[in-house]
Amino acid sequence: MAGPMKMRATLGSGFTDVRVLMTHPMATEQQTKGKPHFIQSITVKVNGKTAVESQTSQAVSRNPVFSFRLKGGAKGDKIEVSWLDNKGETNNTETAVA
Amino acid sequence: MRVSGSGVPLLAVLALAAAPSAAQDSQFAKYQKMTAEGSPVELFELAGEDLWKKKQGPKKASLEKCDLGKGPGVLKGAYAALPRYFKDVDRVMDAETRMLHCMMTLQGRDRKEALKRPFGNADKPSEMEYLSAYVAGQSRGHKLNPGTSHAKEKESYALGKKLFYVRTGLWDFSCTSCHGVEGKRIRMSELPVLSNPKAARPLMATWPAYRVSNSTFKTMQWRINNCYRQMRTPEPNFGSEVVNAVNMFLTVTAKGETYRGPGTKR
Repeated sequence: MAGPMKMRATLGSGFTDVRVLMTHPMATEQQTKGKPHFIQSITVKVNGKTAVESQTSQAVSRNPVFSFRLKGGAKGDKIEVSWLDNKGETNNTETAVA
Repeated sequence: MRVSGSGVPLLAVLALAAAPSAAQDSQFAKYQKMTAEGSPVELFELAGEDLWKKKQGPKKASLEKCDLGKGPGVLKGAYAALPRYFKDVDRVMDAETRMLHCMMTLQGRDRKEALKRPFGNADKPSEMEYLSAYVAGQSRGHKLNPGTSHAKEKESYALGKKLFYVRTGLWDFSCTSCHGVEGKRIRMSELPVLSNPKAARPLMATWPAYRVSNSTFKTMQWRINNCYRQMRTPEPNFGSEVVNAVNMFLTVTAKGETYRGPGTKR
């Protein structure tokens, strides 16, 4: 089972700041002698609509933190973040903009 | 709502953006600020909360009724008020020692079993590490206020103070060999003079902590044990009087500081 995730989304003037923490070993090729385990893609949805689709590599550290700014937004908007790793494991979390 | 910027929609925050005020800070402070920005400490708190509420042991009980000094189940500010004297066991206990006590009494676990793995690693953090993160996190914003009135608390403080200065082990080191002179450091870690409240305060307010260099969460008992290991003395037993006394000495020295951990360290 994937470890916990935690997300915070706060409204600024004309933008929304999102900060999301993920539990993941993010093990590289070298560390594992050829059996890397890392998050491959991260998807961000705002009110059900995909806003960001990103690809990540082994170069990201263990238990990564991502933070980014979305244009616009309103209090109560639903932000969903999900990740998928190279072993097919996945996890997601959602929060309302505060 | 659209995503701002076009080139890099998602940016891994490896703390690339330094705050403007950082220019005046020392390199150490700057480094600490940068690492704290991307700290996954909250994930450990979340996992710790689950463990705290998980029914375990022969008695199939959770730790929710554990009395950390503020009454059974009261966590708010409990960590900041430790170590302190506990009447039921007639001794001074810090947070980890008390949690071990709760595992043995509430959950009916064997001391050996509960201590099979007090300190974990990056791939598999220990139960005590998760629990420490959760329990300490519940004291954020509370002032450090360890017990100082009971005779046993005074005794523990005196012992801790003595242990801080006494030279021991293969290399004849005392705590002050490293923590006794201003301005010493090991790589990117400053070595604070811990008998000085000015240095002890910010330190005790941020332990236990996540260490970015090896992606692990470390507890205060680990910190003390590892100092002893580095001094080449035999490692103290978990929850022993020695560890509690050193912890007591340091916490009393830092008394009054607002707890803001669990922190992030090199």
